Amino acid sequence: MTDATQETSGPIVAADGRPLRQSLNRALRRQKIRALLLIAPLLAFIMVSFVIPIGDMLFRSVENQIVPETLPRTTALLGDWDPDLGEPPPEAVFAAFYTDLVLAEERKLHTRLGSRLNYENSGVASLFRATGRDVGRFDTDIYTDQLVAAVPDLEDGAKWAGWMAEPPVRDALPQTADAYDGWAQMVAEVHNADPVTRQPADFVFAALYRDLAAGAAPPPPLDVDVGGFETVSIRDQFAASDPKWLDTGVWRTMRAYAGPLTNGYFLNAVDMMKSADGPRVRPENERIYLTLFLRTMKMSLVITGLCILLGYPVAWILANLPLRSANLLMILVLLPFWTSLLVRTSAWKILLQQQGVINDLLVGIGLVGDGSRLELINNSTGTIIAMTHILLPFMILPLYSVMKTIPPSYLRAAKSLGANDWTAFWRVYFPQSAPGVGAGSILVFILAIGYYITPELVGGTKGVFISNRIAFHISSSLNWGLAAALGTILLVMVLVLYWAYDKLVGIDNVKLGG
Amino acid sequence: MTKADIDAAFVEFERVQKSYDGVTLVVKDLNLSLPKGEFLTMLGPSGSGKTTCLMMLAGFETATHGEIRLAGRPINNIPPHKRGIGMVFQNYALFPHMSVAENLAFPLEVRKLDKAEREAKVMRALDMVQMGKFGGRRPAQLSGGQQQRVALARALVFEPELVLMDEPLGALDKQLREHMQFEIKRIADRLGITVVYVTHDQTEALTMSDRVAVFDDGRIQQLATPDELYERPLNSFVAQFIGENNTLTGVVTEIKGETCNVKLDSGDIIDAKPVNVTKVGDRTKVSIRPERVEFNKARLRPDAHTLKAEVLEFIYMGDIFRTRLRVAGHDDFVVKTRNASDQVRLQPGTTIDIGWMPEDCRALDA
Ligand SMILES: Nc1ncnc2c1ncn2[C@@H]1O[C@H](COP(=O)(O)OP(=O)(O)O)[C@@H](O)[C@H]1O
Ligand SMILES: [Mg+2]
Repeated sequence: MTDATQETSGPIVAADGRPLRQSLNRALRRQKIRALLLIAPLLAFIMVSFVIPIGDMLFRSVENQIVPETLPRTTALLGDWDPDLGEPPPEAVFAAFYTDLVLAEERKLHTRLGSRLNYENSGVASLFRATGRDVGRFDTDIYTDQLVAAVPDLEDGAKWAGWMAEPPVRDALPQTADAYDGWAQMVAEVHNADPVTRQPADFVFAALYRDLAAGAAPPPPLDVDVGGFETVSIRDQFAASDPKWLDTGVWRTMRAYAGPLTNGYFLNAVDMMKSADGPRVRPENERIYLTLFLRTMKMSLVITGLCILLGYPVAWILANLPLRSANLLMILVLLPFWTSLLVRTSAWKILLQQQGVINDLLVGIGLVGDGSRLELINNSTGTIIAMTHILLPFMILPLYSVMKTIPPSYLRAAKSLGANDWTAFWRVYFPQSAPGVGAGSILVFILAIGYYITPELVGGTKGVFISNRIAFHISSSLNWGLAAALGTILLVMVLVLYWAYDKLVGIDNVKLGG
Repeated sequence: MTKADIDAAFVEFERVQKSYDGVTLVVKDLNLSLPKGEFLTMLGPSGSGKTTCLMMLAGFETATHGEIRLAGRPINNIPPHKRGIGMVFQNYALFPHMSVAENLAFPLEVRKLDKAEREAKVMRALDMVQMGKFGGRRPAQLSGGQQQRVALARALVFEPELVLMDEPLGALDKQLREHMQFEIKRIADRLGITVVYVTHDQTEALTMSDRVAVFDDGRIQQLATPDELYERPLNSFVAQFIGENNTLTGVVTEIKGETCNVKLDSGDIIDAKPVNVTKVGDRTKVSIRPERVEFNKARLRPDAHTLKAEVLEFIYMGDIFRTRLRVAGHDDFVVKTRNASDQVRLQPGTTIDIGWMPEDCRALDA
């Protein structure tokens, strides 16, 4: 219609001669700005407390900056080393690692890096800690002594600063310049001192020796002939600190995690690991997360199903009772919301334990023998019972509000048409209450899949959820990257389920109320 | 059909009472019997217990006392789905998640008819209400009138012998309602079904029904054919409720056979026919229809009593004239006259004499 009009007579204009669309937009703009201002506080709150943390979590799950940032020189060289030859890396890599490690040790970063790499290869943390203590006492001081003996000015920090500011020197001595820069920055930041006042550390002299030994020709007086110098192998120094440095294992790990981004956390989260020839499934006894994901899904499904079975009749009664009694019953349904989650869960602990009320009752009426009391807690049964109870209101409320809108005349009509009670319910009432079942199920399932406190308290080891593992990595093992990867997978799972539900049932068929 | 079949009551209420709360009776002593094929309407003001009676017949409410029989069988203990009674609800109660055709097929499915038979019957029922083209639509995609037709077709598709309708036209506008009244009546007559119809609209009741049961206060006030009800109401409630009616109050002063004299509260004496009065001295409400009031002396009996009346208002309504008078202290006395070429148009402010045939003025209960 509009198109046809516009083709024949051009844009419709308003009374003031402007195009109608433009006038309309102008009129609506004020409204839009007002609406935006009204939601601005909430928007800001959601951004700060929800969107940004989730973005941060997504980023953390792949982020790996700590390795390349702490070991820039080492990671640059490790790519050329082929671990499959079974040899430790060449001396140059050890030299670079030496520089990196001394600087990291001064900044106390080496233990954090150790912990990070320990997630991938246990034992690395202690190796880094021990060698971090030794690295300052490596025998590289012989280079310092010999070079100072040859050029006494090398003891003078101010002279060093002068040389290192000259481009010809820097060009001729690249390793030295790099090591000096790292050292100078570290001195300024860690010791709050001016590098000009200090003699550089041994590793800078070692770098100078390497440059000179490699045939560098710096301007005098730095053009020392090092041909006759006594030398020391840095690789041997590391080996002396801990023979593990001669194994390929720790170097493999550093090489695999050299990049600023990694899929390692995600591989870990699905029980896989990096290896030289791509990702690989972990050995049987190290698998844990897939089982947990599956268990979380299965138990959440069971809990959702139980909530439907228990909640549907209650919601039906609520919707069909006279208002006064319905209100009373509704208070009973909502009562759990007024009690702390912790209290309710602890109450279940008391009820369900082997010497608890329920077992006592069952033994009392002779349903189970005293010797074979049921294990109702610290396993998945306990988690299912307690969580069904806790999540039940989230099923009843949407069901109730949908059922409330179904007039009783439908059931009557069905019966007058010849349907018995069951057929009338199943063919006429239930389909109309299905949107409530859908809404309740989504709500309960999504809440259940991320539940934490209840499984933690009553789940034992067999009844914990993936979220308990996430919490463990957040607060105990401090492996936030893995926690973030697990959380991301959980988020994706929920979104996929939501999408599947939308495809199968249609999200329009979800009603939280009339 | 033999004479015995026609006479045999098809639906019977016998001494039926109903109370919801155990304190008040919503239905008090209902006795009603209707033969097969009759179109009976329950007419009455809101809250008079019509729906309750219908629900007891359909089986959704149980009678507190008394017996309800269908084709001679007591049905008090038969569940609704086994009664085989078609029902049209006020809000239609079409199943929103099923198409029109599925709605109609539902009663056939639960009766386990096979698919071909089902489809044929659904088609026939939809054609009957001129909705043949709408089988695939959802109820929400239909207008009110169309939903009404579908609801009717659904109540009829399984060929029940008795169909109940609870204010089925209440939600339609006037024109559509009049059309559907005619339509429902036509279909009911053609199928020969028995219909119990509930309405609070007296025009609807009079135009559609074979007989009308006027309800008030949980009782049937009068059960009669429409013309009987209009012309010979048995009590003042019925007289007031059905059609327009002039009421005057007074005391019976003389009864002689088919006529009596009533002394109005204003002191005037009028002629009337004793209906609900038995003896001299009874208080009474006399009821006279506006079109039976006469002011042409020549057309009254010579010994007829007349009353002075002051013309207050003259309204021209096309086919009739409606004149409002002050009579015996009441200023809402109405006279209707046909717009004939020689008809007098009464002038407001003038005073005239009015009277009536004694049999047109019914002395009812006070
Ligand atoms: N389910 C019920 N519970 C209690 N009282 C009811 C119920 N249904 C109707 N009533 C009462 O019974 C009386 C008659 O109602 P009803 O049969 O619906 O009248 P009608 O259909 O003539 O308007 C009313 O006073 C109404 O309040
Ligand atoms: Mg009613």
